[in-house]
Amino acid sequence: MSLAPGTERAAQLISPLSPTMEPDDRTNRLRAEATRVRRSVVEMIGHARMGHIGGDLSSADILTTLFFAVLRLDPAVPTAPGRDRFILSKGHCAAALYSTLALRGFMPVEALSTFMQPQSALNGHPNRRKVPGVEANTGPLGHGLPIGVGAAIAAKLAKASWRTFVVLGDGELQEGSNWEAAMCAGHRRLDNLIAIVDRNRLQQGARTEDTNQLEPLADRWRSFGWETIECDGHDHAALYKAFTTSSVGRPRCVIARTLKGKGVSFIEDRVEWHHKVPSREQIELALKELV
Amino acid sequence: MNASGGTQPFLFDCRQAFAETLIALAKEDERIVAVCNDSVGSSNLGEFQKLFPDRVINVGIAEQNMVGVGAGLANGGYLPFVCGAAPFLTGRALEQIKADVAYNGYPVTLCGMSPGMAYGELGPTHHSIEDLSWLRAIDGLAVVVPADPAQTRAAVRWAAASATPAFLRIGRTKVPSVTPEASDAFAFGRIDTLRNGNDVTIAATGVLVSRALQAADVLAERGLKARVLNVSTIKPIDEAAIISAACETGAIVTVEEAMVEGGMGAAIAEIVVRHAPVPMRMLGVKGFAPTGSAEFLLDHFGLNCEGIVAAALELKDP
Repeated sequence: MSLAPGTERAAQLISPLSPTMEPDDRTNRLRAEATRVRRSVVEMIGHARMGHIGGDLSSADILTTLFFAVLRLDPAVPTAPGRDRFILSKGHCAAALYSTLALRGFMPVEALSTFMQPQSALNGHPNRRKVPGVEANTGPLGHGLPIGVGAAIAAKLAKASWRTFVVLGDGELQEGSNWEAAMCAGHRRLDNLIAIVDRNRLQQGARTEDTNQLEPLADRWRSFGWETIECDGHDHAALYKAFTTSSVGRPRCVIARTLKGKGVSFIEDRVEWHHKVPSREQIELALKELV
Repeated sequence: MNASGGTQPFLFDCRQAFAETLIALAKEDERIVAVCNDSVGSSNLGEFQKLFPDRVINVGIAEQNMVGVGAGLANGGYLPFVCGAAPFLTGRALEQIKADVAYNGYPVTLCGMSPGMAYGELGPTHHSIEDLSWLRAIDGLAVVVPADPAQTRAAVRWAAASATPAFLRIGRTKVPSVTPEASDAFAFGRIDTLRNGNDVTIAATGVLVSRALQAADVLAERGLKARVLNVSTIKPIDEAAIISAACETGAIVTVEEAMVEGGMGAAIAEIVVRHAPVPMRMLGVKGFAPTGSAEFLLDHFGLNCEGIVAAALELKDP
């Protein structure tokens, strides 16, 4: 199956929700899209009987805010040179990314039912050569930010106005490669780079703070030269403001405070739901909550 | 000129040819950039930096970030040459080479400087003897080992033109020229036959090609005509040349400045056992080196004329 839209025309690089629209309207639209993403994630994982449901659900509001209100993209021309770059460093949350890309028009929504099926383009981790809209094949942790730093340097060299956004898990900040990249971006004052930490405070086996402490996380980013703000990672208005406020002369880090499993009461904030698969009954219950 | 003449041949450091070619390419193509890990000096990028100060991205001592940055620059439309001492580039950033470069299919040229045991007395931490084995196993990554400056120049040009994930092993050990100065000194995927012969094959790579030619001269004095192959593309390997050599000479000695487990000799053996089984001797580095200069260590592991001659004779007269 080919997912490529394959039309040839000049790219129209925009975000679907205009910067000039009423803030409340934007928030309502984003809330609706995020609910669609969450429902899709539950259905995909329920069908595949595999996936990383906790992190998918925690990142849904971040992803929808970016793809519907911030990123300047054209799904019909997914590799247009002037597009904004989006890199999902926490590649295990591919189901949320695929759902967002499909709703944004990068592939048919029907394709989502092939998630992790034999020969599907929709691997358990994203592949840019198979899925339009994916910029980097991620999966091993600590890889997205260095690639994002390289992309941001490329835009600076080319004097281009496109921006690079990288979504990181909080657990993966235990990988040293992130801090190599953070130091480099701070040193080079890459103000066209925005890192977003999905700060759900849980990693695969336990709470981050019980495993290898990340706090004081904002201070750590600041000390690497990043303008750093914290916000509610499920508040679309707060996320929109965080992503669209410019930080002159510095890269920007948004620590989005989230709940792993957000939106499904029995999954929320529970370590055991990192990649546990819900039963048929639990899927029904989850979909009832996600309206 | 060949390496076995009575007069001492001129010796060249391949890094100079690398640097000159990269500068020439950068003048022609503004997409060419260099990425390095505080290795402007050891990667011979000083002149490049003078000419194109913005196009040397020195990320500091951070090889994982360096390779990821290379992939990101490629995403942004550039053709990055990522340069670092081979042991740290390949060992420290192996997962980035696999995932960020090869699996993504980004046109990044990884330039492993001073490979093998070129750092001699600095010891095994600074030797890059596992790189060929590690990198051969990565799908979609070309592995190229130029033998002299002419091959280095051609290989750098090939890398820029092909825009494919690639590893270039750029030697610092001074070597004589082994190939004529010609535009096809190096062709990607081609084994070059430097000496014809049908009694035994000596397949060598990198700095050891000149020693293979010396060994062929000694063998000729003993009445054995050795075929000398310069294996400058380790992956993908030139199957036809190997099968011909096996069928026509009946015995193969491989010589590389790397661990034999999984390296160039192993790549040849994989072809030989499948298509034309013949006896082989695989010469290479046999473990962590003792203290000594690069030259001393090559001799220590028998990676010299005498060692190659002995292996060839052993194959012909077991």
